[in-house]
Amino acid sequence: MDFLIFKAPMLMIQASLDGILLGILFALIAYGMALQWGVMNIINIAQGDLVILGGYIAYTIYLWGIHPAWGVIISPIIMFFVGWVLYKLVINKVVDRDLFISILATFGIAIVFQQLMNFIFGADVVVAQSEYGTTMLFDNSVTLPNSKIFSAFISVLYAIALVIYMRKSKLGRAIRATAQNARAAKILGVDTEKVYAATFGINAALCGIAGALISITLTLHPYVGLPYTVRSFMIVIVAGLGNLPAVAVSGMGLGLFEEFADYILGTEFRIGAVFLLLVLILVYRRFKLSKKREYLK
Amino acid sequence: MEKVKQKDLILYSGLIILGLAAPYLFSAFKVQLTYLCVLIVLAMTWNLQGGEMGYNTFGNILFYGLGMYLTASVQVGMFFPLAEWTESGGEKTFVHTTAQYFQGIGVGLLVSAIVPAVIAGAIGYAILGLRGHYFAICTLGLGIAAGEIAGGIEIIGAGQGFTTPPFPAEIVDTEARGKFFYFLSFALLIGTFVFVKYIYGSRFRLILNAIRDNEDKAEAMGIQTMKYKIVGWMCSAFFCGLAGGIMGGLIGYIDSTDVAFDGREMGVFMVLMAILGGKGTLWGPVIGATLFHFFKEGLWTLILGWQYVALGVLIVVIVVYFPEGLMGWLREKYPERFGEVIDDKDRKAQVELK
Repeated sequence: MDFLIFKAPMLMIQASLDGILLGILFALIAYGMALQWGVMNIINIAQGDLVILGGYIAYTIYLWGIHPAWGVIISPIIMFFVGWVLYKLVINKVVDRDLFISILATFGIAIVFQQLMNFIFGADVVVAQSEYGTTMLFDNSVTLPNSKIFSAFISVLYAIALVIYMRKSKLGRAIRATAQNARAAKILGVDTEKVYAATFGINAALCGIAGALISITLTLHPYVGLPYTVRSFMIVIVAGLGNLPAVAVSGMGLGLFEEFADYILGTEFRIGAVFLLLVLILVYRRFKLSKKREYLK
Repeated sequence: MEKVKQKDLILYSGLIILGLAAPYLFSAFKVQLTYLCVLIVLAMTWNLQGGEMGYNTFGNILFYGLGMYLTASVQVGMFFPLAEWTESGGEKTFVHTTAQYFQGIGVGLLVSAIVPAVIAGAIGYAILGLRGHYFAICTLGLGIAAGEIAGGIEIIGAGQGFTTPPFPAEIVDTEARGKFFYFLSFALLIGTFVFVKYIYGSRFRLILNAIRDNEDKAEAMGIQTMKYKIVGWMCSAFFCGLAGGIMGGLIGYIDSTDVAFDGREMGVFMVLMAILGGKGTLWGPVIGATLFHFFKEGLWTLILGWQYVALGVLIVVIVVYFPEGLMGWLREKYPERFGEVIDDKDRKAQVELK
């Protein structure tokens, strides 16, 4: 335990800015999670591994000598097709089934992804250098990597683009109709199978963007996918499905929590704190609902 | 009726004799056999949760890892300062005598059975109020959080791991260590089987099934579901803790995320084994665990490096295509063998409905 952070205001500003910028990134992943959960009623444990795969795509083009920032355009395009194929292979068989089946099946997918990434990209921690430099604030006492600002900006941009797409486009309306009532949508001529595939593809594309941003702001490693899954799951259960502003706010909240936990508890407990927070949130909601004799659904 | 019982008697005594003779027959595979016993115990206790109660948990690994750490800590802590042991990597500075070793592991196993059960009881009220997938994710988080946190605690070795006391050097017989752990795990297996079989014949199982099938209705019928859920979880925790304690001693080295709170392997294995054999049956987890273990040991070495890919694919295939497991499949094929009487008219009506 180290409470130095509360004595030094500069440290606090540093942690807060880091947390908020990171949180915007988490919110983007959580948005994808909420999308597939709401539309297809599945919980995708492989979400985090899709993110990491997206990151490795950006890292690969970085190794080829292209600036990794292009990853935010290339990675989602590739990931969309990865998501589509994944849907056709496995996910379409678990859509109408019990949620636990989808959890276990995607858990299996997550293991396969982790291992394949381990084979292809190696088990080292890697990072793509964006060389964007850093911004110094408050007499150089707060350092802010420009890549983080860039990643938050891109996340917001994509989120807005997606919201507009969902509102205006034909596919977007079909997705929203399917989310409301799949059967009615089917009767009215929506090809739900295609909608599901597209939804999963869009989710994977979002993961691809987030991954590309992570490759330049944080680090990549084949086995760090699960924390991203849990983070997005946590954000979704706090914010609720289909509530985008709440997703953004709770994403930032989570980012703040993590940065502060990092300073106070020490880096070795960071991931532990995230998972513990998940348990605490669920237990809190459970007690809150049990007062009304209800339970989380 | 009497005849069936006699058949059972032959089956059970045959299995026990086989189990007792196994370390002598397959002398080279004692470690694998010990693993098998532990895997069966884990699958059976998971089945109590996931199969009978309908609470699919990823969190039993919590009790398994806890048992592992507790047994080793007690075994060391009873005689030597624990902090110095883990700091120096253990065995170099302090040596257990034979008596100390066995006393230590005995007390350690006792603690590792009771403490996880008590913890399960303590957190049960908070966690078991969650239902369905929320429970699954929550317990997943619990298991991983435990691993991450254990990896940061200095006194149990933190990231560098915890070496459990080596088997006493005074015992010259080289086979003794393998036999000791095998018979320990075999005793645990028999204990667990007898216990689970007892539960299968009791009202408790019916209550658990009622909770699985419709918890709200069960509650409306006057069953205090929470009480039974907690007791069910405590039973699982009790045996998982013991299994973990034995495994810790067998492996000889405890790492927080790779051995103890190994959600990526053991935590998934127990779910997979129970589902492979058939959830909600007495023999399903036993058969599932045995099959899985043979498959694993047989294929792991052939596909070295690709074993996790194979594991992932296996999970997907089993879960998507055989969610009822082997016993469920047999049951559908030969319902008469399971004591189910099916009316032909009823069956036809069902087919027409489909």
